[in-house]
Amino acid sequence: MNDFSYTQATTAKEATGRTKDQPQAAYIAGGTTLLDLMKANLQEHPQLVDINTIPFKGIEQTKDGLRIGAMERMSDVGENKLVLEQFPAISESLLLAASPQLRNMASIGGNILQRTRCGYFRDAAFPCNKRVPGSGCPALEGDNHNLAVLGTSDSCIATAYPGDLSVALAAFDAVLTLENQKGKQRQVPVKDFYLLPGNTPQKETVLEAGELIVAITIPAAAHAQRSTYLKVRERSSYAYALASAAVGLDVHGGTIRSARVALGGVGTKPWRSPEAEKALVGQPATEATFRAAAAAALRGAQPRKENAFKVELAQNTLVQALMKVAG
Amino acid sequence: MHSDLFPDAQPEASQPSDGSRRTFMQQAGGILGFALASPIASQAETLAQKLAPVNPVISGASPMQLKINGTMRTIQAEPRVTLLDALREHLDLTGTKKGCDHGQCGACTVHVDGRRINSCLTLAVMNQGKEITTIEGLAKGDALHPMQEAFIKHDGFQCGYCTPGQIMSGVACVKEGHATTDGQAREWMSGNICRCGAYPNILAAVREVEQSGFKG
Repeated sequence: MNDFSYTQATTAKEATGRTKDQPQAAYIAGGTTLLDLMKANLQEHPQLVDINTIPFKGIEQTKDGLRIGAMERMSDVGENKLVLEQFPAISESLLLAASPQLRNMASIGGNILQRTRCGYFRDAAFPCNKRVPGSGCPALEGDNHNLAVLGTSDSCIATAYPGDLSVALAAFDAVLTLENQKGKQRQVPVKDFYLLPGNTPQKETVLEAGELIVAITIPAAAHAQRSTYLKVRERSSYAYALASAAVGLDVHGGTIRSARVALGGVGTKPWRSPEAEKALVGQPATEATFRAAAAAALRGAQPRKENAFKVELAQNTLVQALMKVAG
Repeated sequence: MHSDLFPDAQPEASQPSDGSRRTFMQQAGGILGFALASPIASQAETLAQKLAPVNPVISGASPMQLKINGTMRTIQAEPRVTLLDALREHLDLTGTKKGCDHGQCGACTVHVDGRRINSCLTLAVMNQGKEITTIEGLAKGDALHPMQEAFIKHDGFQCGYCTPGQIMSGVACVKEGHATTDGQAREWMSGNICRCGAYPNILAAVREVEQSGFKG
């Protein structure tokens, strides 16, 4: 880890002022992603700005749903009664992620910005278009068993966001409030926050330089209340998803009135599937419907040598999750 | 919800932790308040900016105060020194172990303000003003903590390297109410890896402490 200076920021303005003065500076909240990457010499920053005392806090009921401050910790949000009651899938996505220790540390704003687990990105000895633009992508023909089958490009097939929370947030129409260096706030839906790799895999989100995540708002809905997050991994706990599904259904008289579907572990970004949702709405809540929705979700998949299993795995994960909420 | 996360019931909402604010910010609040009371907004903002406290930038080896096991300790360390390295290299508190140094193994688990964390992924400088408890702080004199007793009784280790982290995690796991069934305890202890594979005995120790009613 390179040497760096450290300062605390007690307001958003102070924090963004620091990164205006020192564009290479990074914000630190929980530190669980940032320090991991800095120790591996994958990121270097001359200054860290500690944003833990900025009052981006609280889990509040609003007229339309919930508002959660970006500085809240994964464990506190995951076990919060309001989140559990109104968004079980979001609670489960948090509590099935990482470990209890990491969940006590990691802010949800930081979780949204965690970076890929692609082995080539994480080893500075290899080329990587995400880390060194234009250097190449050994994953295309190499060890790609944990990489994406949806949204890939010839430049990058990494699951850029390897986590769980944003998959559930994308499914349930969560919106991020961001604040830039001019003190101006804007709203960005989570499903639009992440970018496809295309020819610029180094650009992963729409976040501007120095912009902060302030809060997440999630609209209450019947399909959100009847929701789940199913995560399939190589071991039963404390591992990243090979495939995961955040789903919610509003079923009346056996017919699906509204549906939300997002997949994790298989896309280059948290993969909201309007195709699957379209295949569900207006149909009977049966396994046959769920199978058709799963096929629709994976129709555009571009599997590689080692990750071809994910096409079937993701479909089965999605069907199982839908069966669970259909009850 | 029937799962190993919450086998019996949904837990009560936990209280979000309130980050400690630095004293000089509280003092400065008055100055800022005064500045904003100025009649012309633009002037007030300029004045507020001038008077607004700017937190100092710390670089190079600098004094830090850490409250560890109830005792205030002062070290000289660079901002990049992790809490784990501060404990081991600066304070000779070598009970906390460095395993992977990347938050993957749990050997470095300590409690900060009563919550278990990985000390390898937090900076010492960020933990000033907090209550840090390490494995050295569990026993009361010669009287071992019940979790330490249970690990000895159930032979919850082989080489012993992961043990301090397992014990710190186990104490927190019981206190959190996450050790009420075998399945739940396994899930909520999954952040602590044991290469020797002493898991059945670790589980027996954690479950025994939970069933004894000890909440630590």
